[in-house]
Amino acid sequence: MQRYWQIYVLLLRNSLIREMAFKANFLLWLVTELLWFFGQIVFVEVLFLHTEHIGDWSKWEVVLLIGTHQIISQVFQAVFYVNLANLPELVRTGRMDLMLLLPVDTQFAVSAYRFGLDNLVNALVGVAFVVFSLGKLGVVPNALQIGCYATAVFLGAAIHYAIMFTLATLSFWIVRAQGLIYGYFNFLSIARYPDQVFAGVFKFIFSWLIPVIVVANTPARILARSSAQPLGPMLQLASACVLSLILSRFLWLFALRRYSSASS
Amino acid sequence: MSKYFKIFGVGLQNTLVYRWNFLLRTLFDIVPLFGTVYLWRALYGSRQQTIGGYDFGAMVYYFLLTALVSDLITPTDDEWQIAADIRDGQLNALLVKPVDYLKYRVGLFLGNRVTSSCFAVPIVCTLFAFFHTYISFPERFITWPLSVLSLAMAGLLQFFLAYAVAMVAFWLLEISTVVFIVFSFEYFLSGRLFPLDLLPGWLGETLVWLPFTYELYFPVAVFQEKVVGVKLLQGFLIQAGWLVAAWGLGRWMWVRGLRKFQAVGG
Repeated sequence: MQRYWQIYVLLLRNSLIREMAFKANFLLWLVTELLWFFGQIVFVEVLFLHTEHIGDWSKWEVVLLIGTHQIISQVFQAVFYVNLANLPELVRTGRMDLMLLLPVDTQFAVSAYRFGLDNLVNALVGVAFVVFSLGKLGVVPNALQIGCYATAVFLGAAIHYAIMFTLATLSFWIVRAQGLIYGYFNFLSIARYPDQVFAGVFKFIFSWLIPVIVVANTPARILARSSAQPLGPMLQLASACVLSLILSRFLWLFALRRYSSASS
Repeated sequence: MSKYFKIFGVGLQNTLVYRWNFLLRTLFDIVPLFGTVYLWRALYGSRQQTIGGYDFGAMVYYFLLTALVSDLITPTDDEWQIAADIRDGQLNALLVKPVDYLKYRVGLFLGNRVTSSCFAVPIVCTLFAFFHTYISFPERFITWPLSVLSLAMAGLLQFFLAYAVAMVAFWLLEISTVVFIVFSFEYFLSGRLFPLDLLPGWLGETLVWLPFTYELYFPVAVFQEKVVGVKLLQGFLIQAGWLVAAWGLGRWMWVRGLRKFQAVGG
C-alpha cells in the first residue's frame, strides 16, 4: 500500500509538471469546464422561470445539487477521467502490453497515471456554489452533516469511477469505444436532477444497478436539510459504491484474460 | 461527380465497421431523453397548464423530435477525423489525388449519416411508439417539404461548423478544447436542453440571430409549426446566411491553413 502511495505521488508530480508545460491548454480546459457549469446554472434559471418547486426542491436547493454534482464529477475527472477515456485506445493499439508489464496492479496503472489539475480548480467552483446556495437557503450545517457530505462526495466519485471503468473495460470486446465514453456523460446527465422526478423501473435501475441518481442527491439532501436522517441514505450509497467497484473489478479481470494484444 | 459517390459508399462502410459503437451510442442517448421527460413531468406536476405555449405532450414531442433530428444530422466523429488527417500528415495522400478535400469529407459525412441513421431510426421510432399519445402531425402539407429543407440545411450547417473547427488543427496541435467550447454553446443554445422559445425577451431575440438556433431548434420548430409567416421566411434566410458563412469560413481557413501545412510524418 505504501509503495502504491509513493508511486502515486511521483505520478502526481509528473502530471503537474506536464500541465505546466502546456499552460494555454490548461487554461482553455478550465474555461471549457466553467462554460459547462454556467450553462447548467442558466438551465436552472430557465426552469425556475416557470415553476417554484421541482418535487420538493426549491431553486437554491437545486443549485446546491448541481454544485454538488460538479464537485463529485470534477474530483472523479481530476483523478481518473483522462486515463479511463484513453483505455480503449490502449487496447486498440496494443500499447496495453506496456501496462501489463509494469510491476504494479494493471488496474492501478491504467487508472491513475495522469492527473487533471484544471478539474480540481473547477471542483472548487462547485464548492463556491454550494456555499453560496447554503447562504441563500439560510442553512448552517453542523459537523455531522459536513462529515457525511465529505464522505458521500468521496463515495460518489468512486461510483463515477466504477461506472466509467466498466464502460471502458467493454472496449476489450468493442474495438472502437468512443460511444461508451459518451455513455458515461449520458448516464451522468441525469445525476444532477432531483431524485424525486424519477419513478418506476427507470428509478430502480439508476438508483441500484447503475446508481447515478443517488450520487449527488444523497449528499445534497443531507447538507441542505438538517431534518434528513443521514444513516439510511449513507448506507445505500456506501453499499452501491462497494458493489459497483467489486463488479467492475471482476469484469476487468475477466476482460484481461481475453486481451490478445494488437499490431506487433 | 461519380468519384464522390464512391466516397459516399466508403462513408457507409466506415460506419458499419464500428456498428457496435453507433448502436450503443444511440441506446445510451435514450437515458438523458428519459431523464428530460421525467424532469418536465415533475415541472408540469398535476397542473393542467402550458409552459411557454407547450403543454406536457407538446414538450415531450419536442424532445423526441430533437432526438430524432440529432440522430439524423449531427456529425459524430468528423471533426476529430479531419483534425487527425491534418495533424498526422494523412492529408498528403489526399492532396496528391484529384479530389477536393471538402467534397471528400462531405461525401464521407453523408455516407456516415445514412448508415448511422439506419441504426438510430428504429430505436427512435420505438420511442415514438411508446409516447404515441403525444404525437401529432403538421396541419398544413407545405410544412413537410419545408421541414425537410430546414433539416438538410441544419445538417450541412452543423457539418461546415465542425469542418471549420477542425481546420484549427493547422495552427494548434490539440483542438479538443476548441471542439468542446463550440460544443458547449451548441449544447445549451441549440435547443437540446429546452425549447429556445422558453427564454425571456431579449435573450430569445438574440438567439434568433445566432447560428446555434439553426442547428437543431429551427427544423423542429418548423415541423411543430411554431414559426409561421414572416418569421418563417426570416428564419430560412438567417439559416441560409449562416450556412454560406460557415462554408466560407471553412474554405477560407483551408486555404490559409494549407499555406502553413507542414505535412508532418509525410
